Amino acid sequence: MSTTELAVQDVTTSLRLAQPRLPRWAPALVGVLAVAAAGLPALLLGWGLVPWLFLAAVLFLVVLPLWSLAVENARAAVDRLMTSLVWTTFGVAMIPLAWLIWTVVKNGASVISIEFLTFDMRNIVSDGGGIYHALLGTLLVTGAAALISVPVGLFAAIYLVEYGKGSRLAKWVTFLVDVMTGIPSIVAGLFALALFVLIFGPEIRLGFGGSVALSLLMIPIVVRSTEEMLRLVPDDLREASYALGVPKWRTITKVVLPTSLGGIITGVMLAVARVIGETAPLLVVAGKTDSVNMNLFNERMTTLPVYIYYQFTQPGVAPAGTGGDAPGIARAWGAALVLIAIVMVLNLIARLVGKIYAPRKG
Amino acid sequence: MSATSSLAPPDGGREVEPAAGKAPRSRGDRVFAGTARAAGIAILVALAGVFVFLTVEGLPGLSQTAATYTPNTSFLSYVAPLLFGTVLAAVLALLLAVPFAFGIALFISHYAPRRLAVPVAYVVDLLAAVPSVVFGLWGARSLAPYLVGAHDWLAAHLGWLPFFDGPASVTGRTVFTAGIVLAIMVLPIITAISREIFAQTPRLNEEAALALGATRWEMIRLTVFPYARSGMVSAVMLGLGRALGETMAVAMVLSASPVVTLNLISNTNPATIASNIASSFTEATPAKLHVLIATGLVLFAFTFAVNFAARWVVGRSARRMAR
Repeated sequence: MSTTELAVQDVTTSLRLAQPRLPRWAPALVGVLAVAAAGLPALLLGWGLVPWLFLAAVLFLVVLPLWSLAVENARAAVDRLMTSLVWTTFGVAMIPLAWLIWTVVKNGASVISIEFLTFDMRNIVSDGGGIYHALLGTLLVTGAAALISVPVGLFAAIYLVEYGKGSRLAKWVTFLVDVMTGIPSIVAGLFALALFVLIFGPEIRLGFGGSVALSLLMIPIVVRSTEEMLRLVPDDLREASYALGVPKWRTITKVVLPTSLGGIITGVMLAVARVIGETAPLLVVAGKTDSVNMNLFNERMTTLPVYIYYQFTQPGVAPAGTGGDAPGIARAWGAALVLIAIVMVLNLIARLVGKIYAPRKG
Repeated sequence: MSATSSLAPPDGGREVEPAAGKAPRSRGDRVFAGTARAAGIAILVALAGVFVFLTVEGLPGLSQTAATYTPNTSFLSYVAPLLFGTVLAAVLALLLAVPFAFGIALFISHYAPRRLAVPVAYVVDLLAAVPSVVFGLWGARSLAPYLVGAHDWLAAHLGWLPFFDGPASVTGRTVFTAGIVLAIMVLPIITAISREIFAQTPRLNEEAALALGATRWEMIRLTVFPYARSGMVSAVMLGLGRALGETMAVAMVLSASPVVTLNLISNTNPATIASNIASSFTEATPAKLHVLIATGLVLFAFTFAVNFAARWVVGRSARRMAR
């Protein structure tokens, strides 16, 4: 045997390019087998769907890596295990999310009617009534919050990106905006309450207080998203503008902001969608009433989330003989559906705006 | 300022002396810069205001008559069980949520086929926007009754652990259920942030790892995780912040009493600071109001400390990456 022949043989055994691999359909096969194998005890012991699928998932997570270990190697087995785990987490996490939406739609859809949307809760004892006052309250309070926080947030972001680079103030603002994103919503509500109690006495409750609390939650979101968008604007654009002799503030308003407008609007709308569902601060400072109140600066004002909370905690009594849930629970589901719909629509519009105004590529 | 000097604007088209250092700016520029600066300062003032007003209104709550703190007798003994409940629920929520959140984030950024990844990411984003009160309603009306069976099972089979030392609740409205609801609530936030961080891993690093023969998991372990570590910490931190301060879901799911217990599944459950404020707020006397605001101040200080610590960790790991 010549040396070259030996070398060739050696190379072919140690450096085989094709390692043994499981067939492409291996995960599917193991999956079917796992479901079937778990089905046996499930049928015999009369389990429900959840334990059955749970056992199937565990079987799958054990069998597939073991098979891979036998045929392939340890590294491939770990890879298969992690891939399966990642897919499993995805599958498991989708369950409660889909369940939630489905429950709200199922329970809420039957409640919603013209009456439900256009009546308030004045003099309603058991059945009937609606969310008109809460809907108005939500729009007013959130609108005022947006009016406060959008200018402040926008200018603060402009300061951070365009003016404050590296300065001590900018560092502090960046840091404290981070801290503000972590403020619990109820603390924001207590802050607004403490502020107005200090000015007007302990019995004060007003819609505008809710706006102050919400804007405290909204400003950091607006700053964050706007800041990100402004940073995406290429410096070439700014330099081109400066080179044409345009002053800095005109550059910002005419070049930087229009370029990032889509992203900024998207960020603002997402911030609105985020705070429109806030309950705790409004519960604390805006209070609750059964009638329409259009004045932000006077008296209590119900908002949709607070309405849901009170219908849940004080559902009233079902009319005798009908059985079933108390009327408040049904109204709570209906209002929850409306609230989710508002949030989803805001989200959708935000994405659309982001798509439409997205800077053209190329 | 070295970064900006190359970008120095030419001041309204007037002549610029490059050597003159800071040239006078036009009036529009001064006004605009001043406004922007004022907005930045306004944020500082607002945050200081939160501290100041909560302190002014909360301090009287530290020294009320003993009757105000029923069933306890002093502020410390009033707030301690609440703080315990807050931490218990938040930690439980994070333990449940974090593995799933990172899993889904990896799924979206690295595992899912592209046609599936975009809609999944979109759905997760939408779910971050579901209002907490809706989660509370669902948790109390749908999830809690469903989980009664699971409570019984835990009490029967894992009863030797202090966490599942029954008797199991018959309504399912326990810390265990509240923790699951909280976990579902913080999941989209942690997912959304870590997904973006994972997706930002330099493509060249990933491809280099794969070209060296790494499996996909090894590629993720060797390139994605080191690059994303600080982002993952801040994602978890934001989740923790939301879990600590979450009010409505806990207030609606729990039937709470001021106890300190590790038992997650019984009828007596520790309230959280936030849920206690929400549920005892409406019938509060002015004296009690001071107490509640003081507990809010404790919550604020606590979340502030958590955020601060997490920022510190993030900063440290960022420095380590730079080295």
